[in-house]
Amino acid sequence: MKLFRVLQPGPRTTIQDSGRQHYQRHGLAQGGAADRFAFLSCNKLLDNDLNDACLEMTLGGLSMEALANVSIAIAGADCQATINGVSAPAWQSYALRAGDRLSFSTPGTGRHTYLAVKGGLRSAHKFDSQSVVVREQIAGLSALEEGDSLVGVSQQPTLARYFPEELIPAYDAPLTMGVVPGYQFERFSSTDRARFVTSTYQLSSQSDRMGYRLENGTLGTPPEGIVSEGIAFGAVQVPGDGNPVILLQDRQTIGGYPKLGSLCAVDCYRLAQARPGQSIGFRWIDISEAQSARVLFEERFRRSRWTSQGDLVWS
Amino acid sequence: MIQSVSDDSILITLGDHIDPTLTPRIAQVCSIIEATCTPWLVDIIPSYTTILVVYDPLQVDFRRAESTLSKLVRATTPFTSDDSPAPHAPKTHDIPVYYSDESGPDLQRIADMHNLRVQEVIDRHCGTTYQVYALGFMPGFGFLGSVDEQIATPRLETPRSRVPSGSVGIANQQTAIYPAVSPGGWNLIGRSPTRMFDPETLSLLKVGDRVTFHSVSRVEYLALGGEL
Repeated sequence: MKLFRVLQPGPRTTIQDSGRQHYQRHGLAQGGAADRFAFLSCNKLLDNDLNDACLEMTLGGLSMEALANVSIAIAGADCQATINGVSAPAWQSYALRAGDRLSFSTPGTGRHTYLAVKGGLRSAHKFDSQSVVVREQIAGLSALEEGDSLVGVSQQPTLARYFPEELIPAYDAPLTMGVVPGYQFERFSSTDRARFVTSTYQLSSQSDRMGYRLENGTLGTPPEGIVSEGIAFGAVQVPGDGNPVILLQDRQTIGGYPKLGSLCAVDCYRLAQARPGQSIGFRWIDISEAQSARVLFEERFRRSRWTSQGDLVWS
Repeated sequence: MIQSVSDDSILITLGDHIDPTLTPRIAQVCSIIEATCTPWLVDIIPSYTTILVVYDPLQVDFRRAESTLSKLVRATTPFTSDDSPAPHAPKTHDIPVYYSDESGPDLQRIADMHNLRVQEVIDRHCGTTYQVYALGFMPGFGFLGSVDEQIATPRLETPRSRVPSGSVGIANQQTAIYPAVSPGGWNLIGRSPTRMFDPETLSLLKVGDRVTFHSVSRVEYLALGGEL
């Protein structure tokens, strides 16, 4: 059934889930929610399946009218949302009635906001996923437009839930991100490797779901280009200008720029919320540490449960 | 060489330069990995000299993934022509192309640059059997090599903001068909009506497949569903 009509889509709003698997060999991007922490939190607030499709808003701006009674949750960058003009902060769930108007302004900090509906959104299911990669121009997988309807299943209203405050990230805090050395690490000079982890970079405004570009920390002598190869999630690529680029969910599948290593996945989710100008530093971590952090991240969401008092048990 | 490159992927390097004899071996190793590692295999991206294997770190840690892949690669001997056909059975695709100024705005310039007649450029482009070395850039975009040295041409200094769907281009010793409208810096010599990517059947080309081109007239191109 139709749950919402889109009045204003905002600068870029797409449907996202955990992304695609087994399709990069065809040249299709991985796709999926840019900030997996906020995406999973949003589904958790409604006790949805953790992979249920949500809306991902980039820099807010969405405005919709509810066409049915529907339970929703908001997580990620706080856009001072309103329901019929009444403030509706992020990291909570809400019950809407048909005719209610939900509006988001531009977030003060952070970049992506997630909106989940109870039971998940229904939309074109392609490549075993509902994730939209706009640049691929696949029919049925495009960004939200004015007048679009959002479809879901009718559900009983759920209890209001609040995500524990101590787990909510401060998106404007300085970031130090863990990088696993790999790929062509040995081909960079020892000076450049040291410079990489001692410099402070600023996020460039030329950053999107494909990759985040960094500025002001030029690496002296990047090695020659290499033969194109598959690009991992989080790969730190260094093009000719010496400014690193972190490759994210919508990256192209292969590329020929030299790479220092890869950002660990959990730090990629956090990086996705950074805004242009924000300070970013790096530290080397070994792969065991990166994998442990990722396994812990996923297991916490899988294991966490709401108590009958409405508290989240998060171990 | 087998090397972890992130918390969920391993790069298998089977050579250090572009080599047409390496591609069948890469295709062979890929099909063995796909047949063996299914429970934890998330994706596999073959390219010119490497295979990137993406796995689920919740099901297997990097030590076990690395050692499993090492054993598989060691167990596969380099592919020779005496071997029985590879299990993935590479296909040959014969692709129609309408070569002309209206469909290939760089055709005349390539001819002038190499002191060839336009027909000679077309003959040389059609006279080679290409190998699919890699897929990427966009869905269904195959990197084909190697282009006859007489028509190999460097990328445009300023890429076009819009290359029409089906355009056939040359970049150095590579050639490719653009599956959809895209920005692009390859030299365009013609256009093909063949659908390179379909959301149901996915990419027409697979790494290890072979491709030939044949010239068709404007009328044939339009009859085959081509657009101008």
